[in-house]
Amino acid sequence: MTITDLLFFAFSGMIVVSALGVVVSKNPVHSALFLVLTFFCTSAIWLMLEAEFLAITLVLVYVGAVMVLFLFVVMMLDIKVTEMRKGFVSYLPVGIGFALAMLGIMVWVVGPFGTGITDTATLNQAVVHGANYSNTKELGKVLYTDYVLAFEIAAVILLVAIIAAISLTLRRRPQTKYQTPGEQIKVKRNDRLKIISMDAEVKK
Amino acid sequence: MMENSMQNIYLAIPLVALFGSIIAGFFGAQIGRKGAHTVTILGVGIAFVLSLVALNHHVFSGAPAYNGTVYTWLVSDGIRFEVGFLIDNLTVMMMSVVTGVSLMVHIYTIGYMKDDLHNWPKDSLAGPNAYQRFFSYISLFTFSMLMLVMSNNFLQLFFGWEAVGLVSYLLIGFWTVRPTAVYANMKAFLVNRVGDFGFILGIAAVVMYTGSLDYADVFAKAGDLSTQTMSVFQGSEWNVITVICILLFVGAMGKSAQMPLHVWLPDSMEGPTPISALIHAATMVTAGIFMVTRMSPMYELSDTALSFILIIGSLTAFLMGLIGIVQNDIKRVVAYSTLSQLGYMTVALGASAYSAAVFHLMTHAFFKALLFLAAGSVIIAMHHEQDMRKMGGLKKYLPITYWTSLIGSLALIGFPGFSGFFSKDSIIEVVHDTHIYGHQLAYMSVLGGVFITAFYTFRMFFLVFHGEERMDKHTKEHLHEPSWVVTFPLIMLAIPSVFIGGFTIGDMLFGDYFGSAIYIADNHDALAEIGKHFHGAWAFVEHGFAGPAFYLAMMGVFSAWYIYMKQPDIAESTKQRFSFIYNLLDKKYYFDEFNAWFFGAGSRGLGNALWKVGDVQFIDGLIVNGSAKFVGWFALVSRQLQTGLLYHYAFAMIIGLLGLFGIGLFLN
Amino acid sequence: MITLSSYLTLGAILFAISIAGIFLNRKNVVVLLMCIELMLLAANMNFVAFSHYLNDSAGQVFVFFILTVAASEAAIGLAILVVLFRNRQTINVDELDRLKG
Repeated sequence: MTITDLLFFAFSGMIVVSALGVVVSKNPVHSALFLVLTFFCTSAIWLMLEAEFLAITLVLVYVGAVMVLFLFVVMMLDIKVTEMRKGFVSYLPVGIGFALAMLGIMVWVVGPFGTGITDTATLNQAVVHGANYSNTKELGKVLYTDYVLAFEIAAVILLVAIIAAISLTLRRRPQTKYQTPGEQIKVKRNDRLKIISMDAEVKK
Repeated sequence: MMENSMQNIYLAIPLVALFGSIIAGFFGAQIGRKGAHTVTILGVGIAFVLSLVALNHHVFSGAPAYNGTVYTWLVSDGIRFEVGFLIDNLTVMMMSVVTGVSLMVHIYTIGYMKDDLHNWPKDSLAGPNAYQRFFSYISLFTFSMLMLVMSNNFLQLFFGWEAVGLVSYLLIGFWTVRPTAVYANMKAFLVNRVGDFGFILGIAAVVMYTGSLDYADVFAKAGDLSTQTMSVFQGSEWNVITVICILLFVGAMGKSAQMPLHVWLPDSMEGPTPISALIHAATMVTAGIFMVTRMSPMYELSDTALSFILIIGSLTAFLMGLIGIVQNDIKRVVAYSTLSQLGYMTVALGASAYSAAVFHLMTHAFFKALLFLAAGSVIIAMHHEQDMRKMGGLKKYLPITYWTSLIGSLALIGFPGFSGFFSKDSIIEVVHDTHIYGHQLAYMSVLGGVFITAFYTFRMFFLVFHGEERMDKHTKEHLHEPSWVVTFPLIMLAIPSVFIGGFTIGDMLFGDYFGSAIYIADNHDALAEIGKHFHGAWAFVEHGFAGPAFYLAMMGVFSAWYIYMKQPDIAESTKQRFSFIYNLLDKKYYFDEFNAWFFGAGSRGLGNALWKVGDVQFIDGLIVNGSAKFVGWFALVSRQLQTGLLYHYAFAMIIGLLGLFGIGLFLN
Repeated sequence: MITLSSYLTLGAILFAISIAGIFLNRKNVVVLLMCIELMLLAANMNFVAFSHYLNDSAGQVFVFFILTVAASEAAIGLAILVVLFRNRQTINVDELDRLKG
């Protein structure tokens, strides 16, 4: 039982507990915070798996942006906590039953029966890299050459998400003045100005 | 040159009759009664004369048979559909008989239909020109029958076949205002249709196996067909020739009124008597006999078909004669007599004595037409009264009718010397000598038939012309012989009824008259066996006086005289005692009742069932409405899945996922 | 001894928990969205584990993209939630059954 094993068990225990906390909590704010804890512990595990870039990204992007967004929304919605718990217990056995069924099947699938792999010795020989192994550099090498198209598409997806989020929630106040560039471009000269010929009026 | 003029003559014979028919038919109102009967009699008269010319050319001048195409209608997939003529000795005989009897009937009709206007109601539109219409129809019939006998291919044969059936329908229902007449003409047409169904299947089989409609081609290939078999039902193999011959004979059964398709002929007496004489005695009903004779090269190859024909013919000959004994309508007696004689002709066909059958056809045409026209003359004199129980003692009022009837009756019963004797006795002898399956039954039937024929013929004769006068006073005062247009045909038909048998038997039956027209296989040739004993017509007559048929006939005449002249009570008491048999005969063996119940009510019941159960319940209810209801029900159930609640949908997704996992695992 | 299967099992447990969460939570749509994030995390866990043990960076690249998509999906999901709240004044899942058939 090396120190890495101990660390693994500790962190995975934390993950499981906080995941349960997300589900079970009465207060949605508590659920959000439990989720943050889950992400932190996951990040630690990924560090142990020598995926440093991803671990950091998880904390920066997921915890830093997405979970903060969640907390914003939860607080904004101003939910009444009391009436939230009805009906939870009655469905508990079914829910637990299904979860266990799912768990059982998934373990079975990736086990020797599902994949047909009986010799796992070579599989478990993970390559441990040296000290000047840069996970970021390796990732970058692959990302900008082999997977560059996917990278660009991911950028487009993010753009689309921004536009979608804004257009969904945009409200216009009646008294706010704003410009509509589309209309502005469509204007023609004749809509604004009309030249008529008239006799000259000379004032005496 | 000779060929060309003969071709024109052949073409002219049917066309002249058709021309007369068209003029009388379409312009009947304009040309009036005299014009109609003149133009049609002229047409048929010319046809008769030209037929005699053809007869002379072929029989007496010995010209070879003419087989030529007049008009090619279409050629499809190698099969030629043509109009053509095959004129040989058989054809010219038929042509002469048809045109001769038709001419006599045309002349007779002038007298018979003189008072036809009485048969129509006052405001009838068809009534005034019915006379012209009648003449048009009987000329049209002559045309159709000529096309039938002159044809050289199955298509034209079928055309003529159907056309005579059509004209028969039109003529039986001539008095369209009489419901019995309309019922009778529908019955005739429908029963004929049943026969025609078999006929057309036979023709289809011919085309299928030989690829041609022409007689010459088919007969040439018939030999090959006798070795082939076809599978009519699953697993049963039938000889092709047997199937074709039996199917064609089914057509003949319909047309020549053999059992069980005989039911239309007695009802056809609803039509005017001239057509009963022309169509249902002399010509149309003989079309079946003619057809089988024409097809003799094929029939000789199938013993089964010949046996079938023999048995059906014997049953018809005997059983139909029995019904004739109990009939009270004068025309019905003659009708059942016709049925019985047709049975005789069919028996002769079955015994492979085709020439005997055709010979009897010819003699029968004359004496039966004579008997019908004589009956018609009696009916005219009695002011259209047809019940024999109201007649009697007409001898002194209608002398010409009396003597011609006597001649016809003697010919019918086969009294030695008259033409009927020659043909009937030849048939009886042939049936005695043949070896084909069923010949014992046939011999019994034809011999028994002789007694019965004599009995009902002379029963009719005595009831009508002798004995006490049972008609009412009013009719008795007006009794007189009808005009010469009625009696002249009677005399003209009486002459061949006496003489034609003796003169022609030698050549027709035992000589080479028919030549290549009829083919008989050697092992069937009973007629040739008899021919060995034939020493001329007089010897045949002497031989006839010694045979069993003569004695049976005399016994029949004597019984009729005794029962109906001397002791009428015997008839009454026999009727009471054997009432079961009397009823059976009176109801014509319940054929009509059976047909009405089985086919009529059966079809209606089937239609009803198909409508109420098949259509309404099954198709509309179950399939059409049912599928709509099912869709509705299914939608109602499926709607429960759409609760609108998110976690239910998620749940469904998870279950699906689990399912996919399971399937993936099991397939692995 | 920590093998590949331990990491896979961990991922499976996370996934099962999130499924239970979706099913059991009937009152709060936000928690629903959080459970979805948990599911994605479980999948990511699997990818990273495989990438490590098979020495293939493709797993990590894939996690990168999943992260991107998850973030945008969370953003849009929350936007929808906000608009839903504006119109329905509730985020109780039981009351959101307007799509009922």
